[in-house]
Amino acid sequence: MKGVAVTGVGIISSIGKDLEETRHSLLKGKSGIGFPQNLKTRHNNLPVGEIALSNSELNALLKLNPKSAYTRATMLGIYAVNQLLDNTDLKNFSSDTGIISGTSVGGIDMTERYFKDFEKDPEKRKFIQAQHPGFSTEMIAEYFGLKNFVSTISTACSSSANAIMMGARMIESGKLKRVIVGGSDCLTKFTLNGFNSLMILSGNECRPFDENRNGLNLGEAAAFILLEADDCIGGKEVLGRLTGYGNANDAFHQTASSENGEGAFLAISKALKKAGISGNEVDYINAHGTGTKNNDLSESIAFRRVFGDEIPAFSSTKSFTGHTLGAAGAAEAVFSLLCIREQEIFPNLNFSTAMKETGLNPVTEVQKVKIDTVLSNSFGFGGNCTSLIFQKDE
Amino acid sequence: MSRIYINGIASISPQSEDIFETEPLKEYQDNIIPALNQDYKSMINPMLLRRMSAAVKMGLFSSKKALLDAKIDIPDSILVGTGQGCLKDTENFMVSMLNSEEGLLRPTSFIQSTHNTVGGQIALDLKCTGYNMTYTQNSASFESALLDSILQFKSETEIQNVLVGGVDETSPAFTGFQKLDGQLKQEPVRNTDLLASKTSGSIFSETSSFFILGSEESENSYAELVDVEIINSTEVQNIGKRTEQFLQTNNLSSSDIDVVILGNNGDSRYDSYYHELREKLFAGKVQLAFKHLVGENNSVSAYAFWLASKIMKEKRIPDFIKLNDLNCKEPRKILIYNQYLGKNHGLILLKNLDL
Amino acid sequence: MSDLHTELKKSIIEQLNLEDMEVSEIDNDEPLFGDGLGLDSIDALELIVLLEKDYGIKLSDPQQGKEVFNSINTMADFIEKNRTR
Repeated sequence: MKGVAVTGVGIISSIGKDLEETRHSLLKGKSGIGFPQNLKTRHNNLPVGEIALSNSELNALLKLNPKSAYTRATMLGIYAVNQLLDNTDLKNFSSDTGIISGTSVGGIDMTERYFKDFEKDPEKRKFIQAQHPGFSTEMIAEYFGLKNFVSTISTACSSSANAIMMGARMIESGKLKRVIVGGSDCLTKFTLNGFNSLMILSGNECRPFDENRNGLNLGEAAAFILLEADDCIGGKEVLGRLTGYGNANDAFHQTASSENGEGAFLAISKALKKAGISGNEVDYINAHGTGTKNNDLSESIAFRRVFGDEIPAFSSTKSFTGHTLGAAGAAEAVFSLLCIREQEIFPNLNFSTAMKETGLNPVTEVQKVKIDTVLSNSFGFGGNCTSLIFQKDE
Repeated sequence: MSRIYINGIASISPQSEDIFETEPLKEYQDNIIPALNQDYKSMINPMLLRRMSAAVKMGLFSSKKALLDAKIDIPDSILVGTGQGCLKDTENFMVSMLNSEEGLLRPTSFIQSTHNTVGGQIALDLKCTGYNMTYTQNSASFESALLDSILQFKSETEIQNVLVGGVDETSPAFTGFQKLDGQLKQEPVRNTDLLASKTSGSIFSETSSFFILGSEESENSYAELVDVEIINSTEVQNIGKRTEQFLQTNNLSSSDIDVVILGNNGDSRYDSYYHELREKLFAGKVQLAFKHLVGENNSVSAYAFWLASKIMKEKRIPDFIKLNDLNCKEPRKILIYNQYLGKNHGLILLKNLDL
Repeated sequence: MSDLHTELKKSIIEQLNLEDMEVSEIDNDEPLFGDGLGLDSIDALELIVLLEKDYGIKLSDPQQGKEVFNSINTMADFIEKNRTR
C-alpha cells in the first residue's frame, strides 16, 4: 500500500469547532472572517478569522490546571487533538505515539500580554518559557500523556505542512509507528501588527486569486491528523493516504515569492515525484492562495509551469479561515481529506475577476466530483515552500 | 543503511575554535555570555549583513565555514535547530509595538523574527533551493534537525550533502526574564566554576555550530554519525535504561562506548540526570563536559557534536573538558547526552572512521 | 544641496543600517534601488515608515513608493510637495 495512512483528524478554526461544523461552513460558503473580539488590539478595523472562544472558555472546556502555563496556541492545540480523539473513537493514544507540531509564533500572545508584568508579578513568570514554540508542543504532549518523541517545526506559514511531512518520513523510516502531526497558531497583536507593517493585510475580506485582491486576513486555527504505519491501522477507517510531499526553498527574498514561482514549482514537482503520479492525476489543488498580490501571482505561475494548460480545479480556503500562519498547512490538510471523504470541492470565496497575467479561475461553487488526489500547498517566509499530496485509500 | 560522514565542521561560541591547540580558556564573570566576534564581513555581503542579528550572522558564517571545511559549494538540504530562534528581532518588534501602543512600526525586525530566518538566509546566500527545515524544540532542537538529516540520507537517494546545525542567541529583555523564572543563576558564577556550582539555574550563551554531513567519506572526514534519539520526558531513575535501549537499537551496549559527553550545566535541580549516568551506566568511561566552556542554551548540544567530531579526528581529549581522570587514546564510539530542566533529552551517537 | 537632501541621506544611512556609508557618498540623482545604492523591497517598506514618521506623509500603496524612492532628488521633491510636518 503506498503512502502513509491518515486515521484521524481534528480541527478548530473560525469556521467550526468540530469537523461537521467546519464542513457545513465550507458547503454553505460561510466564512469566519470578522472583526476581532477576543484579541484586544488597536487595529480592530482589520478583519480576522478569530475563533469565537475566549481563553477562559477554552480553559473551562478543557478543564486545564490553572497553575500551568497554557498559551492560546496550546489550548487550541489540545482542543484539536481532543477532536481527533473524538472523531476516531479513541480514548487515548498509545504511549509510543509521537507528536510533531508546527507553529510560527508559539506563545507570543502571553509574552505580549505580560511583558511588562514579569518583573513585578511572580505569578506571570510561568509564561516566560511558554513563549517558545517547543514549549507549546510539550504542553500538548503532556496533556495527552505523550512522553517520547516530541518535536516542533517553525518555518513560518509552512510549519504544520512540514510537521505532517516529517511525521510521514518518521513512519516510512520505521522510527515511529504512530504520530500526531499538525499545528496551532493563534491571533496575536505581534503578528497583526507585523503583517500590517508589511502592508499586506486587506481591510476587507480577502479575495484569493482575484485581479483586485489587496492582501490577506490573518486567522487562527489548530489542526492535527493521526498518521499510522500500516500494521497499526487495525479496523480504523483510513481517511486518505499521504503519498507525496516536497519541500523546497525559493531562495529569492526573505518574504516575497519569486516572479517565476520557483520554490512552489520545485515543491509541487517533488511531491508529484514522491507520489509517483503525473500532474494530470491531481483532481483538486487546495492552494496556498493568501490573497496578496505577490503570492497568488507567483503560485499561479508555478501552476502554469507544472500543469501547463491543464490546471486542475483549485481554490483557496483562506477565504473562509483567513491565513492561520503555522496552522494553515494542517487546517488545509484536513480540508483536503474532507474533499476526498465527501467527494466534493470547497469554493474560493470573494472571487470575481481572473488576474490578467494568468487568467486562472478558481472553483467558486461547491462541486461534487470524483476526487482521488488532492494537492495542498503551503508557502512561508524565508522562501519555505511545501506541497503535500493526499490520495484516496484503495 | 548507508553511512553518514561528518565531513565539515565550524563553531562560533564564547570560546575560540582553536581551543584544542593554543588558546587558553576564556573566562566570563557574567551569567549571560556572548559569542566571540567574527570577521563577518569576510564572508557575508555587507548589504545583507547590515540587517542580521547575532543568530543569523553566526548561523550563516559558521555554515559557510563548514562548507569550506568540507570543500562543498552548495548542500542538498539545510537543517537548522534553534530553541529560541531570532530573539533579538522578536524583542525589538515586541518592544516597539508595546511602547508605541501598536503605532507605526518598522517591518524589518518583524520579518526577521521568524524562527526560520537563519535557514532562509543561508538558502538565500547560497542560492540553495533544496529542502530547508527549522526545528525548535527546546534543548532537543539540534537533535531534531540531526534526526531529519538521518532521514534525508535514508529515504532520499539523491542526497549527498546535508548542512545541519544549531544556533541560538540571547537578547537583553528576553534572556533577562530567564533570571526571573530561575533559569539563570541568581548569583554571578564564572563559567569555569560552573560545574562545581551547588545552586539552581545556569549561565546562558550564544553559540552556533554547523556541520556538513555526507554520504561519502572524504579526506576531511571527522567521524560517522550513527543515530540520534529524542525523549521528551523521563524520570532520573529511567535515564540509564532509556540510554541502554537506544544503544541496543544500534546493536551496541554501554560497554561499547568509550567516551560520553554530558550536558552538566551546574543546575543543582537537574544535574542528577548526568550523575545517574556517570555513576552507573558509564562509571568506567571517559566522561566529558562542555557547558563550563560555552554556557547553556537550547542548541548548545551542537557544540558537543563539534567537540566530539574534533576529538574523533584529532584523537585527543584536552584535560579541561574531562570530568574524571580516565583517558582514551583512540575513542571509537562517543555518546552525547543532554537535557534541559529535566526534559527534552537528546542522545547522539558517533563512531570513528576506522571501524 | 538643501538641508532636506542631507537630512534624508542621514536618516537613510541610520534607518537602513548602512554603517559603512557617508552622506557624501550618496549622489542626489543616484538610483536608491537596484544598481545604485542597492536597496531592496524591505528597505522600501522602511522608507514608507520614514516618510510617515518624519514628514507625516502616508503612502497606502507600496507600489507608489517605486517612483517616490527613485533617488534622493525624487524623495525630496515628493516630501516638499506633500509634507504635513
